[in-house]
Amino acid sequence: MAFASKSPWVIHYDGSSCNGCDIEVLATLCPGFDGERFGVVNTGNPKHADIFLVTGSVNEQNIGVVREIYDQMLEPKVVVACGICACTGGVFHDCYNVIGGVDKAIPVDVYAPAAPCARSRSSTPWWPAWRSSTRSRRPWPLPRREREK
Amino acid sequence: MQGRVGPPLLQPYYDVRKLFEKERVSVNSVEGVYVACALLFALIAGGIFYSGGNLLLCVFVITLSSLFFIMAAYSTRSPYAEVGAARETLQVMSYEPMVLLMAVAFFQASGSFDVAEVFQLNHPIICTIWLVFLGVLFILTIKLRKSPFDLSMSHHAHQEIVRGMTTEMSGPTLGMVEIMHWCENVLFLGWIGMFFLWAIPTSILVAIVIVLLVYFLEIWIDNNFARVSGVHVQVGVARGPCRRRCERRVPRVPVRR
Repeated sequence: MAFASKSPWVIHYDGSSCNGCDIEVLATLCPGFDGERFGVVNTGNPKHADIFLVTGSVNEQNIGVVREIYDQMLEPKVVVACGICACTGGVFHDCYNVIGGVDKAIPVDVYAPAAPCARSRSSTPWWPAWRSSTRSRRPWPLPRREREK
Repeated sequence: MQGRVGPPLLQPYYDVRKLFEKERVSVNSVEGVYVACALLFALIAGGIFYSGGNLLLCVFVITLSSLFFIMAAYSTRSPYAEVGAARETLQVMSYEPMVLLMAVAFFQASGSFDVAEVFQLNHPIICTIWLVFLGVLFILTIKLRKSPFDLSMSHHAHQEIVRGMTTEMSGPTLGMVEIMHWCENVLFLGWIGMFFLWAIPTSILVAIVIVLLVYFLEIWIDNNFARVSGVHVQVGVARGPCRRRCERRVPRVPVRR
């Protein structure tokens, strides 16, 4: 497991949510934030992935899909529930078809209970804080299209 | 080039080290054997070449290695792997004549199929068969799986079929594929260096410099020439957007533990 820390390959699944976390996750994995500095690769393939990153809650429709992806992943593997919906069901918790957080379907290792959609950036505890800190202390020049803005 | 730092130079090594730590599973019992054979024959081909052996034999053995890898991909019965294997077969058919031509031209230029013969020559074979060198340079991009030709298997899911041939390969099997790819790189760059060797021992230094330049050229091509299709001529497209399109495709072949 020690070696996995230098090449975490991620598979990302969006259960059912407002897509806020979904978009943030993809933004992080894109070249702008450059997750590949740390060896992070977004694979579309559960058989190659080490980290299962789930956003959004589990419902009757997708619980089978979540379990299928989890089963196809090889040990050692880590499940990250990203956003409050993935942790507990969030604002959708009493929806008629929502079962709850991802831990209702598969064992979750890391809970990251902050959603970019729920509050304004300044007060949301985890994600935007990390985002703004990466932006301000960026050790390399911005991509040209962002510099020109 | 893309305004970013990117992974460290040793990243492929970290990846392989991790892959060998993963659980050993596969979709069937023969896939691992085929991949092991592909790796073995790639090693043998490298051994033949770098020990100064027969170039023609080296060419045939490395082709055998490619064929074993194609069989490994077909054996998984996954639609993505099969599409990747079909593309790889087409690529092998398209570059193989040039590789054979290289061996024949080598014989014409040096009078022997033995690679060690280059150290007896008065001038490097590039002087006589420079056109063949250009041809080999062209197919090298295919053989090294650089960007316009990485459509059978890519590190990222550029080619729209998840990971192509390696879709169903996982853990140590995928690690063996990566090591085979390193071996192939070393062998093919050796072929490039072979063109610049002659009786003077310092020619080895010349060959190494040329090999480094050629490898840099291949990486430059890889990063600058995205695959173009029809009217959508987009040269130098960043690697971001493809990931979004590919990520939902979950292969359905179950693993056997």
